[in-house]
Amino acid sequence: MNKEKEHSYNSPSEFYNSKETIDGDIATINLGPTHPATHGIFQNILKVDGEKIISSEQTVGYIHRAFEKLAERRPYNQITPITDRLNYCSSPINNLGWHMTMEKLIQAEIPKRVDYMRVIIMELARIADHLICDSVIGVDTGALTSFFYPFQEREKIYELYEEICGARLTTNIGRIGGFERDFTPVFHTKLKSFLKTFPKAFGEWDSMLARNRIFMDRTRGTGPISPERALAYGLTGPNLRAAGVDYDVRVTHPYSSYEDFDFIIPVGVNGDTYDRWMVRQEEIRQSVRIIEQAYGNMPEGSYKADVPDFYLPDKADVYNNMEALIYHFKIVMGEMEVPAGEVYHSVEGGNGELGYYLISDGGRTPYRLQFRRPCFIYYQAYPEMITGQTISDAVITLSSMNVIAGELDA
Amino acid sequence: MLNNDALLAQLEGLFTSNILSSEISFDMLTVEVPAASIHEIIAQLQKDENLSFGFLTLIGAVHYPDSTEREFAVVYHLDSWKNNVRLRLKVFLPLSNPSVDSITDLFPCANWMERESYDFFGVIFNNHPDLRRILNEDSMDYFPLRKEYALEDGTREDKDDRFFGRV
Repeated sequence: MNKEKEHSYNSPSEFYNSKETIDGDIATINLGPTHPATHGIFQNILKVDGEKIISSEQTVGYIHRAFEKLAERRPYNQITPITDRLNYCSSPINNLGWHMTMEKLIQAEIPKRVDYMRVIIMELARIADHLICDSVIGVDTGALTSFFYPFQEREKIYELYEEICGARLTTNIGRIGGFERDFTPVFHTKLKSFLKTFPKAFGEWDSMLARNRIFMDRTRGTGPISPERALAYGLTGPNLRAAGVDYDVRVTHPYSSYEDFDFIIPVGVNGDTYDRWMVRQEEIRQSVRIIEQAYGNMPEGSYKADVPDFYLPDKADVYNNMEALIYHFKIVMGEMEVPAGEVYHSVEGGNGELGYYLISDGGRTPYRLQFRRPCFIYYQAYPEMITGQTISDAVITLSSMNVIAGELDA
Repeated sequence: MLNNDALLAQLEGLFTSNILSSEISFDMLTVEVPAASIHEIIAQLQKDENLSFGFLTLIGAVHYPDSTEREFAVVYHLDSWKNNVRLRLKVFLPLSNPSVDSITDLFPCANWMERESYDFFGVIFNNHPDLRRILNEDSMDYFPLRKEYALEDGTREDKDDRFFGRV
């Protein structure tokens, strides 16, 4: 490639607009839909000039499962498993966000202890989500070791989920109104040991990449986005914060007692892959801080709210107590009284503002339920971010944006 | 900080006759506006220095088959970070002509959300740069989230709509 020619452009858009090609040929390349580098089913049809991308067209919807239609035929309790399958890297956040939406609709009063338990679980999920995303950026830049180290830590988080709800990936955690049981003694032991060992293990892993010359050269300036464009494209979560905008739902619209905790919202400067990686790393440290605060100041009280119409009674009561059996039957069959109304509730998911717009007409299923799926909205910015970059940069930009196929396609 | 009542008062001052109805429920102000003026209203909300609704949270459609001439609602959720307040705008469209102006020129992220509403409900967004289906197959000839399409197989009698609280 002619070096002088490459430097005659000041910006990717100038390069794009010049319509000048290296040897007069523009090749069309399919990146995906099933390609190991895309970590999910995404198709991008790239027009490339040599190694430089001059335009790209996205196709989405490969794993569309009609969640919004399904939700219109399911009683409220049965919608939780659907939310698992949105962002499956951090499904507890999706589950608990949905429960909180329902609690807003039925105006349930939630005990402080439930809030704190939720905060601990959601922050564990955030750590797991960020660990995957950041380690995958390592893989795409050629450092496979960085992929295996965090999996040991993620495994510990999954064991903690198991201790709460019995499941690991699609957790279906908690219930409308709280949890099925309090934290078990094993959970306490495991959480304590996690809080003790994780920061050191994380620090070792972090130091492998954070100031690594090769990693920095590969990721700095790759897939950048300006704060103005980031806002216009509706970026949220770590991607938006990497561009320098400090919007975090946990702070602007606090839910689940997040206002009780002291934590920092890290922001980046350039909005490139390195900044996105760094913002996630710092968020992991902040999440550990939040968990320590929540676990250290755990209020006494019940692990469930007093909402007998929605909260499944204890199994022992169901077998021995007529009233509990009736409630159990009513809840399972979706016979509870639900107020009519429209609710929008959002939580800070692993990759951005995860919202639930619920319209209830008083029937046993939602009249309409729409999910604000953060990566569906911000994935639109991808072509603009990779124009003028190389194909290998497009791969790490995609993984650093934390686009999850399940959430993208609903 | 701006609370919902103060926001409503400001909006009434700004748009007067364009506010058809308003409601504050579950911590959010909902305002219904005429479909013809939605683009102008959102542009003004975005530009206005005091309100500065600079972030588009969500666009979605809803189908109400029983309300004549108001079969479709298009719902916009906007967020003003300056005042830390959210706003829900609604327009209603008739089944005979379910079209509304696109706001992709104001918010580029509206592009896919409008395509999604078109894909599932058949709402037409005028001046949209690329109004195609997005999640469904291009050759599909119906709009699956409309209420006339039952989720269950229509030939099954054991699972009819009555059992799900609707007729």
